[in-house]
Amino acid sequence: MAESIKDKIAIIGMGCTKFGEHWNKGLEDLVIEAAYEAYQDAGVEPKDIQAGWIGCMFNSTAAATLAFPLKLGTIPCTRVENACGSGHEAIKGACYALAAKAFDLVIAVGAEKLKDQGGGALGGGGTAAAGTELWNPVYFYGVGGPSRYALAATRYFAKYGLSPDEGKRILARISVKSHYYGARNPKAHLRREVTEEQVMNAPIISWPLGLFDCCGNSDGAAAAILCRAEDAKKYRDDYIVFKALGAAAGPGTGKLLTSYDYTSWTETEAAAKQAYEQAGIKDPRKEIDLVELHDCFSIAELVATESLFLCERGKYKEQMDERKAYYIDGEMSVNTSGGLKSFGHPIGASGCREVYESYRQIKGIAQDPSRQKKTWKTDKKLSLAHNQGGHPGKFACNITVIGLP
Amino acid sequence: MVGIVSYGAYIPIYRMSRQILAQVWGGNAGKGERAVANFDEDTITMAVEACVDALGGGQQGADGLYFASTTPPYREKQCASIVAAALDFPVNTEFFTADFTNSFRSGTSALKIGYEQIKGKMAKKVVVSIAELRRPAPNSESEPSLGDGAAAFVLGDADVAAEIEGTYTIYSEFIDTWRREKDAFSRTWEDRYIFEEGYDAHFPRAIDGLLAKCKLTKGDFSKFVLYAPDMRRHTAMVSKLGLDPKKVQAPLFDSVGHTGCAYTPMMLVAALEEAKPGDRILVANYSDGADAFSLKITDEIEKIRNRRGIKQYLQSKYALPNYGKYLIFRDLMEFEAERRAADFSSLSHYMRERNQFLRFHGGKCKSCGTLQHPIQRVCAVCQAKDNYEEVRLANTKGTIFSFAMDERAMVKDLPNVFVIVDLDGGGRYAGVLTDRIPEKVKVGMKVEMTLRNQHDGAGFHNYSWKARPVRA
Repeated sequence: MAESIKDKIAIIGMGCTKFGEHWNKGLEDLVIEAAYEAYQDAGVEPKDIQAGWIGCMFNSTAAATLAFPLKLGTIPCTRVENACGSGHEAIKGACYALAAKAFDLVIAVGAEKLKDQGGGALGGGGTAAAGTELWNPVYFYGVGGPSRYALAATRYFAKYGLSPDEGKRILARISVKSHYYGARNPKAHLRREVTEEQVMNAPIISWPLGLFDCCGNSDGAAAAILCRAEDAKKYRDDYIVFKALGAAAGPGTGKLLTSYDYTSWTETEAAAKQAYEQAGIKDPRKEIDLVELHDCFSIAELVATESLFLCERGKYKEQMDERKAYYIDGEMSVNTSGGLKSFGHPIGASGCREVYESYRQIKGIAQDPSRQKKTWKTDKKLSLAHNQGGHPGKFACNITVIGLP
Repeated sequence: MVGIVSYGAYIPIYRMSRQILAQVWGGNAGKGERAVANFDEDTITMAVEACVDALGGGQQGADGLYFASTTPPYREKQCASIVAAALDFPVNTEFFTADFTNSFRSGTSALKIGYEQIKGKMAKKVVVSIAELRRPAPNSESEPSLGDGAAAFVLGDADVAAEIEGTYTIYSEFIDTWRREKDAFSRTWEDRYIFEEGYDAHFPRAIDGLLAKCKLTKGDFSKFVLYAPDMRRHTAMVSKLGLDPKKVQAPLFDSVGHTGCAYTPMMLVAALEEAKPGDRILVANYSDGADAFSLKITDEIEKIRNRRGIKQYLQSKYALPNYGKYLIFRDLMEFEAERRAADFSSLSHYMRERNQFLRFHGGKCKSCGTLQHPIQRVCAVCQAKDNYEEVRLANTKGTIFSFAMDERAMVKDLPNVFVIVDLDGGGRYAGVLTDRIPEKVKVGMKVEMTLRNQHDGAGFHNYSWKARPVRA
């Protein structure tokens, strides 16, 4: 009989590199930096690690992506890949192996080096987009991430009767928020605040998405040391536990069936329902304190907020218009790390980096005290991270909820 | 009775005005414009367009398909077979495909062979496609006057709309324009020489030969469709032949341009559009000799009036905004090197999926009826496995459900407009919108399908179907 993961697995240490343009660091340097910060945080030695997972999309050299830079001996290492959702995939693999009692102490890493390819933006055709049809000689050939998500923005505007200007202004407010927090996060890549007008007037990448609607193209890595909750006290008292692991993969019906409408993420809804059930969350808006969701594009944040049931479908505009609902002191703090938007999106790293943010917030040690969340809805300090690979119509989505034991 | 059962034409949507050329190169602008193929078009895709027009959407069992062009996209690899596949002619029965090339007479040569095949009872129905994509040297005398376009004819022995009463052909070794294997542009000689000793000398001989052979006089014809190298020579030839200018089909030099081997066939389509039962048309084409045809129009002509033909395609046009766009379309300059990976493809992959991409088949689930493209072995709705029939989608129109306009895509004409199209009658298409004005693209726009070359990854032409705003 399947059981919930709730309270079974603990995070005892995490590490995260600064995200950005590491011209003088390779993937291996990034993996080492994140892992050694996590070792130190957990108070463990590399030799204590019994197994490892790494999420990485483009820079993979199989298990050696992890085993080689960290010199972990001959322990089992696994490279996992779910495109932009690879980071969460590594954490999920580690959690289930611990739950199965195959190991006692493991490491999960997400890492990616994007800045060696000579290009500025993520996507726009060629190698940066995900999905099997990327490799099709002709079908939807050369469609980059921005275009795939722009389809959602166009449709959202049309469905809810928003003019391009109205629609783009809602999205601009999301980017303004992300940059606001990115400016206050020393580990973020883009650390400058922007105004709504700057976002509105930025050059178009893929209409209706402009430059500031798109996440940066960055290098980075994040790592977590995990064990079973019953062993966590051996390492520290202030450990964090998993409350849920939700996962859903879409069958790719978006481009096949006219019933798919691009304005909600089917996979996110399915994974969220699983996660809320596992964690015993009845009303996510009232019970969850912090959300780090997959905002590779401004529209992705809008749709994911609705699909995580944090906002009624089609009502995001009102939320963003009237109140600062999604800021750190708002009703529902979303991407107050700065998000993928200001961290950039080193593909495999983002999922682990999201969990790192929640981990620090729950402990009260968010980088830059101005970003520290001070009031919490419950003493569990439930924090959700949402990470997805693929693209609208064909996602692999993972959701984790962590909190105090 | 053997003759033309149906006709069709194609003119690409872009027109370059002679003013644009005058802006770039100086000199007298002159009036008129020429048709310019989009960057994703070539003579295969234009031939398919003209055939779609001629076939009226129906592929009623032809025995063969010919392709004629002096600008074929492949120098080694038959083009007719690709055109036939894109039109979804079956591969599991006897079917004769052939390419005709190297002469501006190759279109009329193909017509003549098709006619003789049917007359000799070797075939009952043959599709003849003729397309040209001219690539004049920049700043050359011919640059303002060459154009791109295509014509297609269905020949048969039943339901004939224009009976071919007779043909007459002469050949000549005379050299007037030529391209050697590695020449990028046509070469020629002093115009007085090539016109006087070439066109003027040989062209009338074929007409005289036809009249004698068919025992007809010029007075028996209601319309003359005459090849000419340019407007001036056309006027001079009409006068030399002693014809009433009102009975001469108007040249397309100032609206389409000289479309090489497709030029006379396109004028013939224009003549057929106006022809009435009982009319007799003389068609004469020149190059390396000359071909002449006598056509007699029947009552059947009234049944094929709904073709887009020259008339509709002439009216449906966008002005090419500047010469830079043309340079990009025709790849006439060296551009900054791409820092991204080159276009990629896989021949085996492309071939294995050709039914859905070249023939544009979707899969219609036999269990639940849902249409899906690309074809899914397991139905996305009812999960029935391998239980579908292939349905051709090329003649389906649809409505834009959503779109994105990528300003950074690796294509020659930015933005690359990606569309999700809900097809009339069910099913969805995800792909690229071509022949579009970006400012006018919107959700709800009606589109139709058109075969295009997506890219040249792996060094071959990766054809598949794109959407475009409806051109009628």
